Amino acid sequence: MKEKKGMNRRRAIFAGITSAGALLLSGCLKKALPTYGNILRMGDNLTYIAQRGLLSQRALAMEYQKSDITSFPVTDIGDPADPASKAAYSKVYQELQRNNFKDWTLSVEGSVAKPGKYSMDDLKKLGERTQITRHSCEEGWSAIAEWTGVPLAALLQHAGILPAARFVCFYGFDNYGESIDMLDAFHPQTILAHTMNGETLPARNGAPVRLRVETQIGYKNVKYLQRIVVTDKFVDAGPDISNGWSWYTGI
Amino acid sequence: MGDVQHKRWVKGAHFIITLSFLALTVSGYVILMSHPRLYWGKAGNDLTPALFELPISRNYQHGGWEKRIQFKHLTGSQISAVRTYDIFNQNGWGRSTHFLAAWFLVITGLIYLMFGFFSGHFRRNLVPRKKEFSFKLFCHDFASHFRKQLYTGGKYGLLQKITYMAVIFFLFPVVILTGFTMSPAITASYPFLLKIFFGHQSARTIHFFSATALLLFLLVHVVMVVRSGFKQNILAITFGK
Repeated sequence: MKEKKGMNRRRAIFAGITSAGALLLSGCLKKALPTYGNILRMGDNLTYIAQRGLLSQRALAMEYQKSDITSFPVTDIGDPADPASKAAYSKVYQELQRNNFKDWTLSVEGSVAKPGKYSMDDLKKLGERTQITRHSCEEGWSAIAEWTGVPLAALLQHAGILPAARFVCFYGFDNYGESIDMLDAFHPQTILAHTMNGETLPARNGAPVRLRVETQIGYKNVKYLQRIVVTDKFVDAGPDISNGWSWYTGI
Repeated sequence: MGDVQHKRWVKGAHFIITLSFLALTVSGYVILMSHPRLYWGKAGNDLTPALFELPISRNYQHGGWEKRIQFKHLTGSQISAVRTYDIFNQNGWGRSTHFLAAWFLVITGLIYLMFGFFSGHFRRNLVPRKKEFSFKLFCHDFASHFRKQLYTGGKYGLLQKITYMAVIFFLFPVVILTGFTMSPAITASYPFLLKIFFGHQSARTIHFFSATALLLFLLVHVVMVVRSGFKQNILAITFGK
């Protein structure tokens, strides 16, 4: 078939779609996360931008009934109280656990007006939320449990989060870390859980406090929390990206 | 197949979707290898009963669990247990490859659907005519698939039309929507997905079966392409005129 010169309807539609795409991309590039040139991480960024742009950021993840609660596997990188788990071991944690976490505090640092250490009692004074939600692991399995904890938003507000802050990093005693953006940090279901299925958070489920981010995949939910750092710039606390994993896991 | 002349946008969409589908198949298989158990319902894991298990990686029934602990305040038999087995897990690149390929498939698929509707392509070439619904024609069409020389008349046969329509308007939408249903962020905004597919793990199982059905389609499609004139068909859908 011979090509017709000029703009026909089909070409006009196609040109429209591509230029809209280009506009969208250039508008978002300023905020784009580092990819280190990896095409897979660029794909992850596209998902992040699209989910932030197209989905409701206040919508709650599905909450379930008590009768829906399932068994819950522990598949983390190791017990921080056990010297045999090598990379995950922390002597400090082991001693805190021996004393039933009475001396445990959560350190809040970075872009906050009042950095400081919060004991369990300090945290519990900030508020409480209970939710029965689903934990979806990247491996493919899922589990439902009831979590009670302090809304992260309440803690960040109490610490006086500064206007320039954009990310919140979480570090566990098991040398694991993750970071999330402000939309997830201030999501009503993002809590620092101290209670699971009505009992004090069991040791291997992340005692004494773990993060719950219900709009992302399981590995964002840092256990055995030690430190929270609020940052103005993106910090790959995992590091997820340089380890070859997606930083944003809304899918 | 046969003497069908494909439009350029049909060829382009066919090419991108074929490549994305192959990438999705490989990465989907790698993802399934890390947890080759499928369930029905809202949630499922190694400590709950499976619908079935696939012996496709060393993770198959690995049994590496210890310290089974009962939850104190639950009346049911729910437990927590620690995994001691070092599983096969390549989901770092597996998942990101899957989603990148899915982006290509979904965007190309949407453009294809738009063009298909507005250009009349679906109406002209895919929707069966009234007169095609005759038992005699159906028998003839069915039998011709098993003859040595496949009929190639330039237009799609009834079975072919129905198959293509099932793939485009049923299997692909189901596989994409069940994929969405596994996303915690998408289901927060669109919880109806969890309702229509009976929960997170049911969606995963339906995703597996619809992907398998698409693979079966691909297999039969390739066999039919070969049998009805491989060179001619390949040229028609790629660079031929």
